[in-house]
Amino acid sequence: MSNQRIVGIDLGTTNSLVAFMQGDVPVVIPGDDGLNLVPSVVALNENDQIIVGNAARKYLIETPERAVYSIKRLMGRGIEDIREELKLFPFRLAEDLQPGEVLRIKLGDKTFTPPEISAFILRQLKRNAERFFAAPITQAVITVPAYFNDAQRQATKDAGRIAGLEVLRLVNEPTAASLAYGLDQKQNGIVAVYDLGGGTFDISILKLHDEIFEVMATNGDTHLGGDDIDNLLITIALDDIQGDLGLDVRRNGEIVQTIRKAVIETKIALSSQPAAKLDIELPAGKRYQREITRQQFEDLIRPILDRTIGPCKQAMKDAGMTPEQIEEVVLVGGSTRIPTVRSLVKEMFRREPHTDLNPDEVVALGAAVQANILSGGSEVTQNMLLLDVTPLSLGIEVAGGVTDKIILRNSTVPASATQHYTTQIDGQANVAVHVLQGERELAKDCRSLARFDLKGIPPMPAGLPRIEVKFLIDANGILHVSAREQRSGKEAEIEVQPSYGLTDEQVESMILESFDSAEEDFRQRQVIEARNEAETILSALEKSKKSPAWGQLANGERKQIAKLEKALQEVKQQDDYEKIRKAIDALNQGTMRLAELMMDTAVTTALKGKTMEQDDMGESPETGHPVAKADFE
Amino acid sequence: MATESKTASPLAETGERVCWSCSAPQAAQFCTSCGKVQPSQSVDYFTFFGLPRKLNIDVTRLQREFYELSRKLHPDLYGQTSKQEQEWSLEQSSLLNDAYRTLKDPIKRTEYLLRLEGVELEEQSKSATETARVSGEIKKQVVPPDLLEEVFELNMQLEELRMSRKMGEDDLALIRELQAHKTEFEKKFEVLTQELKQYWDQWDRVADVDQEEKRHQIRDKMVDVLNRRNYIRNLVRDVNEALGS
Repeated sequence: MSNQRIVGIDLGTTNSLVAFMQGDVPVVIPGDDGLNLVPSVVALNENDQIIVGNAARKYLIETPERAVYSIKRLMGRGIEDIREELKLFPFRLAEDLQPGEVLRIKLGDKTFTPPEISAFILRQLKRNAERFFAAPITQAVITVPAYFNDAQRQATKDAGRIAGLEVLRLVNEPTAASLAYGLDQKQNGIVAVYDLGGGTFDISILKLHDEIFEVMATNGDTHLGGDDIDNLLITIALDDIQGDLGLDVRRNGEIVQTIRKAVIETKIALSSQPAAKLDIELPAGKRYQREITRQQFEDLIRPILDRTIGPCKQAMKDAGMTPEQIEEVVLVGGSTRIPTVRSLVKEMFRREPHTDLNPDEVVALGAAVQANILSGGSEVTQNMLLLDVTPLSLGIEVAGGVTDKIILRNSTVPASATQHYTTQIDGQANVAVHVLQGERELAKDCRSLARFDLKGIPPMPAGLPRIEVKFLIDANGILHVSAREQRSGKEAEIEVQPSYGLTDEQVESMILESFDSAEEDFRQRQVIEARNEAETILSALEKSKKSPAWGQLANGERKQIAKLEKALQEVKQQDDYEKIRKAIDALNQGTMRLAELMMDTAVTTALKGKTMEQDDMGESPETGHPVAKADFE
Repeated sequence: MATESKTASPLAETGERVCWSCSAPQAAQFCTSCGKVQPSQSVDYFTFFGLPRKLNIDVTRLQREFYELSRKLHPDLYGQTSKQEQEWSLEQSSLLNDAYRTLKDPIKRTEYLLRLEGVELEEQSKSATETARVSGEIKKQVVPPDLLEEVFELNMQLEELRMSRKMGEDDLALIRELQAHKTEFEKKFEVLTQELKQYWDQWDRVADVDQEEKRHQIRDKMVDVLNRRNYIRNLVRDVNEALGS
């Protein structure tokens, strides 16, 4: 078993959580506001400091150009991919972005890449965990949508690194949920996990047997979630406001965010009430009000929810399962609280979904279970094994712009494939390879994963070199490539240009930038906590000076204590944690006898109280002093 | 992305591989003495599972073996070990998964075995078709002789369908004929699959004995069946596409 604590993190589109395995059960670690959910909102305050979570939400409405939400939608994506997103979300992109470059978002005057913004959220979760354990946390398991492609996974790993976390494993969200479910239910069978979150939809079909969680097939849509429902309602509100009140408020960031907040509240209300009212204050004393019934809401969002049907059918087909053969459907993600989602799921799978687990927390809990397995496992997890799959086929672009699939989707990972290449020209030293992910036939319809050059091929006549390239998808679903020219035995150098990704150098420099502040954070917190402890001891000491026990000390003792007290008072104002710690310990030592004496006094007092009826008039032979109230910490 | 390097097991004086941890003679994926994972060797998938190169396999046993090995080799179980062991577990478990995936499916198993025997199946795939179409070259396609007439007719009908669709018409009679053809081909496909199974039995009978001539014969027959089967499968796919759109 490891001494290092490994936490599980759900880095969600709307909310993020951190959890760990506490004995037999996974448990979410709350923030210092006592809440389990940390909104995935990041803002820059007036002093250009980064604010994350609930505290950041007010900035969304007050200074929306200094705040960002749903950053997960931009992870691992390029500017060409997010045209739709840009229409519906207030992402402010840096002006000088080029196609194929990693995105940069503006917060106030500063720009950040999506992994950096996600890193701020991760850093907050890290802090919450460190506060909870009073120890540093450096390793984590982070969840990703099962349907995330390679670039999106890399971006998540990069975010972890920038936040000072070694990401031991990326776990697919539905698989994580199944771990939490399996731990809870301990049943064998075929389980479907229907995960509709804020921005992504996943459906996974798993076979649970003998504590093996085997994914049979997975499918989904990484552009589909609760956000789309919100945006639909926002659009309607904006149209209404323009139509009824003649106001076009689309460009007014604050108002749009106010509308968004109201729309979300209404949406949530409609899950438990048959009707709800949208009520939004507009400038110049105007007001927009609209009542929405649950029926109207359901009709409106039906087209969005229907988009989950195709992936579910495909997943069942790939798994070779009919709905009847699926024994349990587990709902994950806040959006599954919507009653019409539940009835849609019931229709598709012909059974009532399993709703016992908290859909907001189940993924984080599952991540904690996986973290536990990776750290060596405990009694309840030591026989658990995850067999996950890659969601998308991996292909190479061949002549004619066609994709040659070398690893098929739903292959259990780790998985590999070997391809052989040769040269077209005498003495050719490089061979270019274009790697893709996706199911389409033509390369241009698939997702470009990376282009790389096999370099340093020894000079030979055309067609003679035999370059063996091995493609390996690891347990995180991330691709690794190695190459060797077989005739010479030489390892070919691979220079990779990740599409829409950060290079190692970029991540390194971001880590260095954040490292100082991370160290700072932890140290600062240590100092604060030590100062608090010092305050407590000093005020207890003050009170005890009024007790009879104080007078019982010898003069020399009292002088010594006063000296230690003064030393602590001085040092606690400084920033040196070690010094404060030493001074606290010294004072504790120095007041040990005083504490003992105070104990005696208290005990005597208590005893005296009991025997009062008998004969004592208030004086104890031991103390010889009038009884005084003793204060205890 | 990352690049990798392979390291091999240390050798004893006798030249045989030994465990890097306890020096006991090495078993396949992990040491039978101390249990530590071993570097992966370039073995074929049959050898990996300790199976002979036979085409009939007890798939239930294979599955059991797969789960048992997964429990020992999966990277999740190596979270606290050295980087080297983690790398080896990654290689071993990808080999395990690749081997299981290939051997559990009868056709993949057959194709794999033929590859081991040095045979490459004809390039009948769609990518070759596209390449040929794009480059203007004649596709390296061998039409099974007994199917020549039917294939010719089918291709003509497909062309007709495409033309009529372009003009906005939907020739129902044509469509029905194409569907009938498709059903015919699907039947042929089934027949070929059964034929293949017979060759499996023949192959297995001579797998262990020294009858190279006989083995080559059976091998070539299987290649032929597979090629025809693939060809028909692609035809059916083309018809489905044409009918579907």
